[in-house]
Amino acid sequence: MKHTVCTITNSRPLIQVRCLAVLLVVTLATAPESLARAEPELNSAGGPPKVRRLTEAQYRATIADIFGPNIAVVGRFERALRSDGLIAVGTSEAGLSPFSIEQYNISARNIASVVMSQERRDAFLSCHPAAADTFDKTCARRFIGEYGLRLFRRPLSDAEIDLFLSLAEAGHDKLGNFYSGLQFALTGMLVAPDFLLRIERFMPDSARPGSFRLDNYSSATRLSYFLTGSAPDAELLAAAAAGQLSNNVELAKQVDRLMASPRFETAIRDFFADMLYFNLFADLAKDSEIYPAFNSAVAADSREQTVRTITHHLLESGGDYRELFTTRSAPLTRSLGILYRMPVATRHGWSMGEFSESSGRAGIQSQVSFLALHSHPGRSSPTLRGKAIREIFLCQHVPDPPADVDFTGINDIANPERPTARDRLEAHGTNPACVGCHTLMDPLGLTLENFDGLGVFRTRENGAEINVSGSLDGTEFVAAAGLGQALYDYPQTTSCLVDKLYRSAVGGSISSSERPFFKYLNQVFADNGYRLPELIRTIATSPGFYTITPDPQHQELTNAYVAPGDRS
Amino acid sequence: MKKFNRRSILKGLLNGSAVGVALPVLDMFLDDNGKAFAATGQRIPVRFGTWVWGCGHIPERWIPTTTGFDYTMPADLEPIAPYRDKIALFSGFDVKLDGVPNKPHITGCLGLRTGIPVPSEKVEAPTLDVLISDAIGQSTRFRSIEVSTSGIQRSYSFRAAGSPNPSEVSPLTLYQRIFGDGFQDPNATTFTPDPATMVHKSVLSAIAEERRHLMRQVGAADRRRLDEYFTSIRQLENQLALQLQPPAPVENFTMPEPPPELELDSEMDNVLVTHRLMSDLLAKALQCNQTHVINVLLSDTTSNLRRRGSTTTHHTLTHEEPVNPELGYQEQVGWFATQSMLAWRDFLDSLAKIPEGDGTLLDNCLILAHSDCSIAKSHSVEGIPTMVAGGAGDRIRTGYHMAGRADPVSRIGLTIQQAMGLPVERWGTNSMETNRNIPELLT
Repeated sequence: MKHTVCTITNSRPLIQVRCLAVLLVVTLATAPESLARAEPELNSAGGPPKVRRLTEAQYRATIADIFGPNIAVVGRFERALRSDGLIAVGTSEAGLSPFSIEQYNISARNIASVVMSQERRDAFLSCHPAAADTFDKTCARRFIGEYGLRLFRRPLSDAEIDLFLSLAEAGHDKLGNFYSGLQFALTGMLVAPDFLLRIERFMPDSARPGSFRLDNYSSATRLSYFLTGSAPDAELLAAAAAGQLSNNVELAKQVDRLMASPRFETAIRDFFADMLYFNLFADLAKDSEIYPAFNSAVAADSREQTVRTITHHLLESGGDYRELFTTRSAPLTRSLGILYRMPVATRHGWSMGEFSESSGRAGIQSQVSFLALHSHPGRSSPTLRGKAIREIFLCQHVPDPPADVDFTGINDIANPERPTARDRLEAHGTNPACVGCHTLMDPLGLTLENFDGLGVFRTRENGAEINVSGSLDGTEFVAAAGLGQALYDYPQTTSCLVDKLYRSAVGGSISSSERPFFKYLNQVFADNGYRLPELIRTIATSPGFYTITPDPQHQELTNAYVAPGDRS
Repeated sequence: MKKFNRRSILKGLLNGSAVGVALPVLDMFLDDNGKAFAATGQRIPVRFGTWVWGCGHIPERWIPTTTGFDYTMPADLEPIAPYRDKIALFSGFDVKLDGVPNKPHITGCLGLRTGIPVPSEKVEAPTLDVLISDAIGQSTRFRSIEVSTSGIQRSYSFRAAGSPNPSEVSPLTLYQRIFGDGFQDPNATTFTPDPATMVHKSVLSAIAEERRHLMRQVGAADRRRLDEYFTSIRQLENQLALQLQPPAPVENFTMPEPPPELELDSEMDNVLVTHRLMSDLLAKALQCNQTHVINVLLSDTTSNLRRRGSTTTHHTLTHEEPVNPELGYQEQVGWFATQSMLAWRDFLDSLAKIPEGDGTLLDNCLILAHSDCSIAKSHSVEGIPTMVAGGAGDRIRTGYHMAGRADPVSRIGLTIQQAMGLPVERWGTNSMETNRNIPELLT
């Protein structure tokens, strides 16, 4: 089977498009379950172990899972760091500024005070002291052990238990109350690096001498955040404790269980919100005179609409990933109905509609979330939209514009010779310094010009008919539906998803030694009709996902967690 | 993990409870070179700030035609005429690229602030406000406070790549952070340390003691990040330590009113309102020594400012607006440039209206104002407009215009660090590396 991979690189001043023909050999053409344990992926040497900061979504989900959904997270979160197109990758690079620690501390104090409050503490404590003003060491130790395990995603060492026990006791001595002491020990755990950071630990791989893999608890943590967007639950921690995650059969059981849980959808939502840059909704502003229909409810609903389209298609319908660019499904609310000019039966909440042929819409690239995010505050932008399609869906980097350019033609709206964005960009496109990159972006974005800067349908701009023809690397088409079909047919559409999904799961880039594994995953994705859950299952059950190449600068050959009592 | 020493917790607690008696003057407020209040004999600290506006200037409307003290005020600087004695204007100082690709609006701004041009936001050294806060911000409640007034969470204060100090965008949350929980009225008549704060502080001390153990378990790049984590934990410990001591009294301090909830966006009129509110709050925070370092971003360097009803932002206009043949410059861009300097005056007003010692708060501040480029249309990083305002407690001289004649802008950064008391002889890399300070700026 022949598969074409194109890479666009910037070797100044010209943009080069290199196409490599890659021959993929399919070794097995049997059922996907057996493919998942096929030979080629064993070649993966894995990447380095990571230290990853919890994202805002992961922090919230983790707190809700451990302490229940009714505990408010009152601290604020700063804008997340995005690296290589993903916040998930940025978590391996993001620092912890004084601001972030200040805010984590505010959350920690509040969570701990609610957990230890008289009204709520019975739900969290399995024991109580004889009287509140006596320090019950056994009971305190039990609480610290139980919650330490959940928060640090591994059992605490004896020394750590002693530490938090000492803090609880000192707090009790000072404040005269057992629960107050425990409250501050819990506050400490909630600001500890082992909670806020996923510190991956590894060990020699007994199955492959000379190789390394994540230790049992780090494996559980990587798996859990990948499949549920949250910390390992009690059952997964128990499987890790029993060393079951290095056993293929037991691992597959855990993977099936987690994928069947409602949290799986949360993880998918988080991944696509990251991939689609939805954090930018926090900064989204539209001019209120030009787009009076825009408000924060419309913004929130448009974001949710796209996420619902994705989960409905990929999870509920088990659909082909490529069809996200052609689907006419339209989850709608009343406020979105106004923008889309579609009737919505439900007064509150969501109902599923269908975009008609005449709506001009097909695929998530024609939904308001994409169109509005990649526009200016007062007008659409074929260039920004084209750039977003290349970078978000095709994993192609478009270089920054050259420093010294004359763009004056684009804003010449008063010029009756250039009523549409296409006319203005064409004037601009005669500049040889610009044309290389604009050829990558504009022919894609211009096909979405039937939608204004907010994403509302139009056929004319400044009185002139809008021409929505365009092309993708030589394939010509018309309008949003044509663009969707071109994306459907484009080979890198699917390999880009595999790339982003895998990098999101491991929090880094794909190293050269992981390339064969990556190719294998692409093949599995194709063989399964581009169904996302099967791809995820394959990743999660592959030993390659847990394999580690330690950073040569690591001071210790293994930093695997050693359970109390294992130490000699 | 090493065996935990319980004695250190108990010792910390005892130390905490020993503080109950009022301390006359706090060490943190004693600054070696600061002036002293006439009334109390207490030293006045020198504070530092940066004030950034996006998209540069229109040179013919901003750069005085002559240098020295007797320059004629150019059109776009007219708003700051009341402060001409308190401002040193610097034109013609360059970020030297040395072949580094110029990432528009980023490379100039971060090059000026770190002494090293970078082709992205991955800084290769801390920004100078962080260097200064490491020296003067260790013992204040906040090492530094950052704000962005145009509704967008951006910051050009970096400890390292991946570690920006995030900006507050809402005046109300800024107010709550500074003057809400944990704020001690410096002029309160009674003081009772909260025992829970002592316990909380000892918890943080215990966490901080895990540093060495954890450092061994990660690779080199992650050690740098963990180091930052522990630095941040220390700031938090310090915040709690301050709450265990009676605050030093502050002359003329009155508690600010909570600001109203506002529409936060990049529409110029709204930005000016947000900016004035935040400037006033920051001035109050400096006055009562909640922090000694602030960073203000009026507009992002790729300026998102706009006028209501306009299809284009300030940044887009710089590229797309034709030059008005009668005026000889881009008219709408000029409007934003003028508005930016009006905001700069508002900022100086906020500092100058607070009396302090025998002058004002502004006299005890050093504020570096700069943009990201000179002419935004071409993204040029040569001649980035820069100003230094305030008196820095008599450590700097102002009131003149100085032409850089293509000298590296790192000369300004170096001089500022020296004025703030940092023992630095040389700053920047390659063509930006310099040991030549600006003698005219130092007293």
